[in-house]
Amino acid sequence: MSMDMTMVPAALLPPQLMQTPALLTMTGLTRHYGEVRALLDVDVTVYPGEVLGIVGESGSGKSTLLRMMNLEDTPDRGEYRLRLPGREDGNLFALGRYERRMLCAHHIGIVYQNPHLGLLMRHSSSGNVAERLLIAGERSFEVLRSKARDALDASEFPLSRMDARPAELSGGMQQRVQLAKAIALEPALLLLDEPTTGLDVSVQALVLDTLKRLQRDRNITMVLVSHDLGVIRTMADRVLVMRHGAVVEQGLADQVFQDPQHPYTQQLVHAKV
Amino acid sequence: MSLATLTRPWAATSYGFLDASAKRELRRKMLKAIAVPGCQMPYASREVPMARGWGTGGLQVTLTLVNPRSTIKVIDQGADDGVNAASIRRFISRVSGATETWDTLAASIVQSRHRIPEETLREDQVLVLQVPNPEPLRGVEPNMSIARQMHADADYGRLWLTLYEQIVRKGRIMQGAAYPSLVNGRHVMTPSPIPRWDVPKLNMAKHLTFLSAGREKRLHAVPPYTRVEPLVFSDRPYRVEDHAELVCRRSGIAGYFMNEIPQDQGGSVFEVSDSNLGIKAIRQAGGESVEIGATWYEDGEYSA
Repeated sequence: MSMDMTMVPAALLPPQLMQTPALLTMTGLTRHYGEVRALLDVDVTVYPGEVLGIVGESGSGKSTLLRMMNLEDTPDRGEYRLRLPGREDGNLFALGRYERRMLCAHHIGIVYQNPHLGLLMRHSSSGNVAERLLIAGERSFEVLRSKARDALDASEFPLSRMDARPAELSGGMQQRVQLAKAIALEPALLLLDEPTTGLDVSVQALVLDTLKRLQRDRNITMVLVSHDLGVIRTMADRVLVMRHGAVVEQGLADQVFQDPQHPYTQQLVHAKV
Repeated sequence: MSLATLTRPWAATSYGFLDASAKRELRRKMLKAIAVPGCQMPYASREVPMARGWGTGGLQVTLTLVNPRSTIKVIDQGADDGVNAASIRRFISRVSGATETWDTLAASIVQSRHRIPEETLREDQVLVLQVPNPEPLRGVEPNMSIARQMHADADYGRLWLTLYEQIVRKGRIMQGAAYPSLVNGRHVMTPSPIPRWDVPKLNMAKHLTFLSAGREKRLHAVPPYTRVEPLVFSDRPYRVEDHAELVCRRSGIAGYFMNEIPQDQGGSVFEVSDSNLGIKAIRQAGGESVEIGATWYEDGEYSA
């Protein structure tokens, strides 16, 4: 595609994705665990189709934030809204147990760093994916089977091992099963909690490759938590830097990495690059 | 007038063996269990003169229900003459004055282990099942507190998952007894160790069923005319045991649940598991006038 270099640039618009209404809005999240402050007045916005990277040191509140996005934890204060078709905008923290569980099953997929958290280790890999569909009410064996196969295939899991137990699989394969389980119901939001930490570099690259391809093909909205700036750099459109439970800087990934404003971000970027 | 004339004569035990407060507690829990079909109600399981695991749960429910006008039938693996069945029946009759019977049609309370009689139970009859493990989620969730939360959430995905994996690994559902069943569209229960053959009998049944586990201290109930649906995939229909074609070697009747009796020279023969039905069939064939009631299964086919 050739570009007309003489064209006068139009007035600066906000980036394409920010012109659409936000998919996820969290406002004023505050959470204390006893004396420990995990989150303080955190605001997060995620737009449809983007990948939001969350970086920060251990204990900065990234995982707490992600757990709240997955409705596993509730804040002391704050609101959480998801724009989903057929759902009026309401604070998700106000939902009851059952509604929460159904909402998570249908609209939110999550991949944990530790596969033991996300998978039933004693059941088969295809069964792990099928469980998601069963919770959503699918009752036909053939449909379960084929949907599980499709999801595993999409996450580039070798289908010859689809009935192997996750306990028998390698770390990278376990992450792929988690991913297949997360995307089986085509969720509106995919949460990735350090999905490649603990994998060796080559496997890490393969898993990131799969994620990247999925993101491109299906246009899934992702929130990626990692302490690895390389991973965030590869994946994320926008970055949110957290420290001591607060957001210290956010912006487009390139912008944050090239021109960090906050001293902590500068330190972080320079330590890495 | 002395105080002694106003009190009942001394007796070693209360009427119906259990003391009044125990029976009151059980009655409350039984009513609760009826109110929430299939939901497990914890109760204070008492000592009875029998070891835990031998039917103490069923016995406590029966002792609470029984009165001198009751007629008691107790079956063990379908038979009335097993040592355990005979002892329990004699004990209940001794402490309550209830009449003993082997005949399903004559009984007002049927206490059973492993089987539901083949003759259709009526509205005026109560079935009490002795349950070893009342928790359908035990196999998938060993933590009882979490299992209770899963019941509250109607989170039965993992039970379905177990069935899914049985089909994946073996090509068919391998669950023999205690087939998980959804009661009234809400709670999944394990219908005691009854075979798959007997599960359809609970669906929209005319009689009231109690399932009580003495060791686990929990009971649940299936009230009359309540839906009981075994968990099945829409494209894998529920199958009962293939006993429709088997013929009882003693009574010659066919189309009922059979006991397999292996033979020394190999092979096996079959006897009808509901022994009283077999006895009645033999008597009828011998010319006696014996009433055999309508049965749930006819020619091996379930007729609702």
